[in-house]
This record gives sequence, C-alpha cells and structure tokens, in this order.
Amino acid sequence: MKLTIARAKEWMLTFNQRIQEEKDHLTELDQAIGDGDHGLNMARGFQEVVKKIEPTNYDTLDALFKDVAMTLISKVGGASGPLYGTAFLRLSTALKAESEANREKFVEGLKAALDGIKARGKAHRGDKTMVDVWEPVVDYVQSQSTIHLSQLNELAKEKMEETKDLEAKMGRASYLGKRSIGTIDPGAASSYLLFASLADCFQKGEMD
Amino acid sequence: MKKLINDPNAVVQEMIEGMIAAHPDKLKTIPGTTVLVRKDAPVQGKVGLVSGGGSGHEPAHAGYVGKGMLDAAVAGEVFTSPTPDQVFEAIKAVDGGKGVLLIIKNYTGDVLNFEMAAEMAEAEGIKVAKVIVNDDVAVEDSTYTTGRRGIAGTILVHKIAGAMADTGASLEEVEAVAKKVISNVRTMGMALTPCTVPAAGKPGFEHGEKEMEIGMGIHGEPGIEKTEIQPANQVAETLVNKILEDMPLVEKDRVAIMINGLGGTPIMELYIVNKKVAEMMKEKGIDVHETFVGNYMTSLEMAGCSVTLLKLDDQLAELLDAPSDAIAFKKS
Repeated sequence: MKLTIARAKEWMLTFNQRIQEEKDHLTELDQAIGDGDHGLNMARGFQEVVKKIEPTNYDTLDALFKDVAMTLISKVGGASGPLYGTAFLRLSTALKAESEANREKFVEGLKAALDGIKARGKAHRGDKTMVDVWEPVVDYVQSQSTIHLSQLNELAKEKMEETKDLEAKMGRASYLGKRSIGTIDPGAASSYLLFASLADCFQKGEMD
Repeated sequence: MKKLINDPNAVVQEMIEGMIAAHPDKLKTIPGTTVLVRKDAPVQGKVGLVSGGGSGHEPAHAGYVGKGMLDAAVAGEVFTSPTPDQVFEAIKAVDGGKGVLLIIKNYTGDVLNFEMAAEMAEAEGIKVAKVIVNDDVAVEDSTYTTGRRGIAGTILVHKIAGAMADTGASLEEVEAVAKKVISNVRTMGMALTPCTVPAAGKPGFEHGEKEMEIGMGIHGEPGIEKTEIQPANQVAETLVNKILEDMPLVEKDRVAIMINGLGGTPIMELYIVNKKVAEMMKEKGIDVHETFVGNYMTSLEMAGCSVTLLKLDDQLAELLDAPSDAIAFKKS
C-alpha cells in the first residue's frame, strides 16, 4: 500500500474533520494545564490548510505537505504552529519530488517529522508532550514487518492516555509541576487524532 | 465584558493603525503584517533589534521602537506569539548589513516562532542572533521546566542593547551586552484583579474581593500564593525580598529600579510602592542610579505591579543613560 497524493489529501481532510469535532475537548485540556488555545489554534490552522490544499492539484507529495506546513507556520502561532509546521516541513523534505511513497519512504518521512518536532521543541519522551505519542508510533511503524492499522490506532490512543499520569517538563504546563498530573496533554491528544486519521485513510487493509 | 473596542477580532490591527496615525514621523508598518518598524529602517551600519510577542502588554513592544531602542516590534494576537513569517518580515525590514538581534521573552510559543524566523532569515543570508529574557523570579529556574518567564525586565534589555547598537557595535557585542543585562535583571510581580482577553470575553481567572496573588504572570498564569490583600509596604517588601533571595545585593551595589503597572493600577499606587522600595535600598546602602515608574509591560486591564531590579556596572549604567527616541521610553 502506498501513500498517494489523493490519500495524503484525504488524511489531512480527515484530520481537519476530527480536529473540528474535538476542538472544545482540546481547548478544555489546554485550559486545565496550558493557556487554553490549543483547540482554537488547531481548528483555525487546519481550516486554512483545507482551504489551501482542497482546490489545489499537486504533482508531488512534497508540494502538498509543504503547503500544509507553511499554512500552519503562518496561521497558527503559539507553540502548535511551529511544532506541527516543522513536522510537515520535514515530511515534505523527506518526500522530495515523489508523487507517491512506498511504505519504507513514508516511514522515513514520519521519522524525519518526529526528529523535527524533537529538535524544535527540545522535548524528550516522558515530558508530557506530543512526542509521547509520536515516538512510540514511529517506533512501531519502523519495527513491524506488517503494520496493523487497528494496532497503530490503539497504540496512539494508549500513549495519549498515558500522558495523563505524567508530570509536564516542557511548555506552559511545566509551571504547574505536579499539578499537571491528571490531565491528558493537549498536544498528545491532537497527535492521536492525526494518527487515528491516518489509520482511517488506510483502513481498507494493512499498510504492508 | 466592558471594553472600548469595535470588534474583538480586530483589536491588534486597529491598534496598529492608531499607532501609525499618532506617530507617522516615527513609525511605519509593513503592509499585510502586524509589524511596526522605525520610519528610517533599515539603518545602515547598525545592528537591527527586533522584539515582539503577544499583544495586550502595551506599550510593549511597539512603544519601544525608535532610535536608541528597537528597530521593529512584531505584534501577535492578544497573548499569542506572532508567527514566524511576520517575524521574518521584521528581520528583513531592519537588516542594515550588520545583522539582527532578536530579543525574545521566555515563553515556549515565542521562542519557537522566533527561532523558526531566525532560520528563515539565515537561509536568506541575514546574520541573526537571539537572546531569551527570563527575569521572572516567581518561577523556579530548573532544567526540568521551560524555565523562568520574560516580563518587565525585557524593557531594560531593549534599552541597553539598543544603546549598544547605536554605538556601531557588532552583532556579537550587542548580543553580549544583552546577555549581560539578562543575567543581572530580576523581576517579581503581583496581581489584584484579572484581565479579559477580548476574544475570550471573560476573565482568565477570578480573585475574591479581598484576595491578591503574588507571582502571577502577565497572562494570568498562576503565581506562588494567593493571600488576603496586604498594604503596599508589605507587598513591596515581599517582591523585593524574593528578588534579593535570587540575586543578592551588597552595600554600594548600583541598581536601576522599574516599578511597572500591569494596566489597571493608578500611577499613584506605583509611587507608593516605590517609596517603600527606595527605603529598602537606602537601608541596605544600595545606590539607586535611576528609577522608572509607569506602565511599561502591562497585562491588559489587570491591576497589580511588578518590581524590577537591574544590577549595573559602568558599561550598563552608561548605556542606560544614553538617549532614546522611542515613544514610550523617551530619554535625552
């Protein structure tokens, strides 16, 4: 199974739909431990992404993901704009001039995106951030000979839920120290939606 | 919500237009952005200084644009960091060939967006350096957190780095002096009442009628403790002592003081706070080089104040004394 331009677009549209649905939930999580704008920022950003990519015809995956990245970088602000923006920019660079990506190439791109998030945000696994979902997911797709989409979805969900018990070490939630325990990290929550959307788009089989 | 606005979603743009209308001889904007730039930018042969951040802290930062201070200020949405493309436009507009220094307050969003802008500028061949201001002693400085926030001490970084840039110093020299200010400046604040972000429409937190909060951040972030309201003398003492715990001062040390209002506190009350701060300095035999009292780094209509102490040496004192033409920080 390959990541085609049509499927990549579908991934972004599905993610946007999930973000719009979960906007208030993301904002509630962020109000509890951050500055309360994650849902609004993501919803605003991906609405713009869809506006940009839906009517555009792309010849290559990197052009599509670059538009996603630049839209997020220029429209979102806060911390989520640069972090998601960097992720999609790295994914775009990894898929340079490709009109479709086989599994190996796509996994390479996801790894590059994760590295970008870590370099930009300087977060490590366990810091109660989006990395706590991204890193196990990327490890999973790198290490499995057969990727089961239901497993990928379950893993992302489980890792998101595990951030609830972590104490934040990065971002505004870190000021709360132990008081950050008990709430799911909003960035981990939106990252789960990203991978759940990916699994949805590939659901007609295994990503072999 | 009771505010003198037209549209909660247009407050930043309308403020910028109002500032340009008031100071057409000093400020200009870059079309399609929320960047305010010195009228005569880029100044050739001078390091350019860019700062910025979320709006709602006026006069920070656009009020500090002018000869002797910043070359450009980037205004984000209220309490939200500006985006990298906006910061990038500011960098391009002020680069006079000697490079550009970014002065960033230590918030995750600000740091990320300014860093991305710096990378975009470097890719275009503009030399960029950055300093991160983290003067708020209310937050524990720890490698396990994002670290201290940047608040009113940032203005003194603008002033001194700006004066250094005016001497024709190199980017490395301006960066070094900015870092020297950062390592010698500490701020501690407190709040009496909350503020309301226009687009949110309701206050970010609630305080009881007789409650105040020590160490509250300029976006309403939780402070160290909520207490029963105390007299100004006691508040001043708490704030100064918290700073001195972190940056001990000894007899004959020289300082600049900033008593900063958060937007909803009368200047009268700020002077009452300063009376006590000045007495404390006198008791300790500390030489007060200069005192600034006013609204420098606000938090919309929040009532409260912060006290900033900057420990000076000869170089910093001389640069602090240098002239400035910024609309909110005139010095001759």
